[in-house]
Amino acid sequence: MAKTRLIQRILAALGAGIIAFILVGPIMGLKIEGYDFVANWTSPLTLAAFVCIARLVLGYVPLDRIRHSHSDTAPRQTKRSPVQVAALGVLLVVLAASLPFFASKYWISVSIIALIYVLLGLGLNIVVGLAGLLDLGFVGFYAVGAYGYALGFKYFGLGFWGALPTGALMAGLFGAILGFPVLRMHGDYLAIVTLGFGEIIRLILNNWLDVTGGPNGLDAPPPTFFGWEFKRAATQGGVPFHEVFNLDYSPQVLDSFVYLVLLAAVVITIYAVMRLRRMPVGRAWEALREDEIACRSLGLNHVTIKLSAFMMGASIGGVAGVFFAAYQGFVSPVSFSFFESALVLAIVVLGGMGSLTGVVLSALFLTMMPEFLREFADYRILVFGFAMVLIMLWKPRGLVQMRRPYFGLRGN
Amino acid sequence: MVQPLLQVENLLVRFGGILALNHVSFAVAEGSITALIGPNGAGKTTVFNCLTGFYRAHEGRILLREGEGARDLVRELGGFWGGTHRVARAGIARTFQNIRLFADMSVLENLLVAQHRQLNRNLISGFLQLASFRKAEAEAIDFAHFWLKTVGLEGSANQLAGALSYGNQRRLEIARSMCTRPRLICLDEPAAGLNPKETDQLAELIRALRSEHKVTVLVIEHDMSLVMGISEHIIVLNYGQVIAAADPQAIQHDPKVLAAYLGSEDQA
Ligand SMILES: Nc1ncnc2c1ncn2[C@@H]1O[C@H](COP(=O)(O)OP(=O)(O)OP(=O)(O)O)[C@@H](O)[C@H]1O
Ligand SMILES: [Mg+2]
Repeated sequence: MAKTRLIQRILAALGAGIIAFILVGPIMGLKIEGYDFVANWTSPLTLAAFVCIARLVLGYVPLDRIRHSHSDTAPRQTKRSPVQVAALGVLLVVLAASLPFFASKYWISVSIIALIYVLLGLGLNIVVGLAGLLDLGFVGFYAVGAYGYALGFKYFGLGFWGALPTGALMAGLFGAILGFPVLRMHGDYLAIVTLGFGEIIRLILNNWLDVTGGPNGLDAPPPTFFGWEFKRAATQGGVPFHEVFNLDYSPQVLDSFVYLVLLAAVVITIYAVMRLRRMPVGRAWEALREDEIACRSLGLNHVTIKLSAFMMGASIGGVAGVFFAAYQGFVSPVSFSFFESALVLAIVVLGGMGSLTGVVLSALFLTMMPEFLREFADYRILVFGFAMVLIMLWKPRGLVQMRRPYFGLRGN
Repeated sequence: MVQPLLQVENLLVRFGGILALNHVSFAVAEGSITALIGPNGAGKTTVFNCLTGFYRAHEGRILLREGEGARDLVRELGGFWGGTHRVARAGIARTFQNIRLFADMSVLENLLVAQHRQLNRNLISGFLQLASFRKAEAEAIDFAHFWLKTVGLEGSANQLAGALSYGNQRRLEIARSMCTRPRLICLDEPAAGLNPKETDQLAELIRALRSEHKVTVLVIEHDMSLVMGISEHIIVLNYGQVIAAADPQAIQHDPKVLAAYLGSEDQA
């Protein structure tokens, strides 16, 4: 019994090796030199051997069992009281807020980028995780926010604080513009159209030289605090922050400031999304993900529900864009390539669709990890892809599964 | 004669070449339990899809009584703001032949989604948990618990809907459509896949819907003993046409109905 299975596995492995050899043999093995083909079989043979061994090893991994081990997401009465949860939240926020007071400038900037991705992940999580609409062009809204700030400053003298709400609003508007034509689409079609949308925005930014500066990009001003600037010497008529408070000038103060405001935005967004899941709108998004036809039969207007999900997600992406522009001091189309959309989608999928903790953790992980693995920078995408495959095999629903809210007998 | 709650006139639906519904007319009296029966493929689900706004009939009218007058539900589907949800809001709820629950949401959440329109949907009051929001939410939760109790699922409020047994999923689907506070509930084969004991409980529940909860019931069902036991009016559909509409006794002895179900010499 065990013996026949071993033979089966060896045969399967050999088969995989032969197929690999047939597939890559001609490509890797035959080289053109002058007018002749030169055969070099060592590299395809090594590859085939590798495939063969990998297939054999894979045979011992109980894939089926792993795949079907869903953890239970049914609501549970939590052991922790709301006060304890709130205390834990406050503790985490205080810890995060104290970072600029001991970390180096380098780690502050890494954290800023990480938090921007947390914000992006939270925004896309609404669209993909909660409403179940696969959006591959999320970077478009990020770009709208960032360019909204830069262009608003250039043409209307818009400041950072004004840009936050306008960026959110404009991105929300773009969310609605994208939302309308795709309302009747599902799954793959929706993914392709949104992918196109993201690319269109990038191409417009790249090619509309007169307005957007094209590939050269645009300057975005650093934020101010009640009108005080974080510069060594103030621009005309302005007052530098360090003079007001009688501090020594340090370029780190600006980054710390951006970090703290960004942290506040992240905390507010997390709270909002937590609330949304227990509000009619959030429940309607999830119901739409589960079954659109049932939603309609209950009198829910699926059009407005989809639009609201698109708009809400887009506005959060827009806010992230404003922070990005303000922190970089500069925007250009290269920052808004499809890779960014893919990264944010990976954050949502890896973290566990819909799960807040999961999204936050995976955003931090995916943006911080490359910093720890500087030496392996070349293999970053490879590690990334490998991690994705592993997660999809082990935890197809992401690292952290969303737990449903618990309802006691009376209220709350 | 009193105006019926629902009056269907000359409904006609085509799918490509086939006539799924061929001038179907019938009426459903207020406060009745009416059954819609017929062989497989007769067009019963298609009638439901028209009534509940999923298909738009090519011809005909669907009149739902409203005060003194009546509203044509086919019209609700047209226009920019039209759509299935408008028909549901007019007071028609339904269940599906192949159950459609929000499987990954909890049982109670399923019932809260059904009460979407009664809830406070203002974002600000939701974020800040204002009193008006909390009150509406608490009322909806109470109403949901009431229906869970009515269909016998009081212990399952915090289970995932998809984890319920088949029979309980069917009951939850009925509870969910009742949470929209409908005037007419359309049940598409509610007894399919139930064991005899569950079928008896279902019959009790359907009777209670009508007598205690004052809702008119229109039910598609293949289980004849259930149909004969609960309904006072039966409409028989065959090949997209109404071939009989009468009370159970008359239907049981109608030669056309027997022929449709058993097949007869002259039809073959
Ligand atoms: N969306 C559709 N597109 C094409 N044909 C359809 C569609 N819906 C139903 N039909 C056809 O219309 C006819 C009636 O189908 P319907 O589902 O209403 O039957 P039914 O009476 O509910 O049958 P059953 O008892 O099997 O549920 C069938 O011939 C079916 O193939
Ligand atoms: Mg049917």
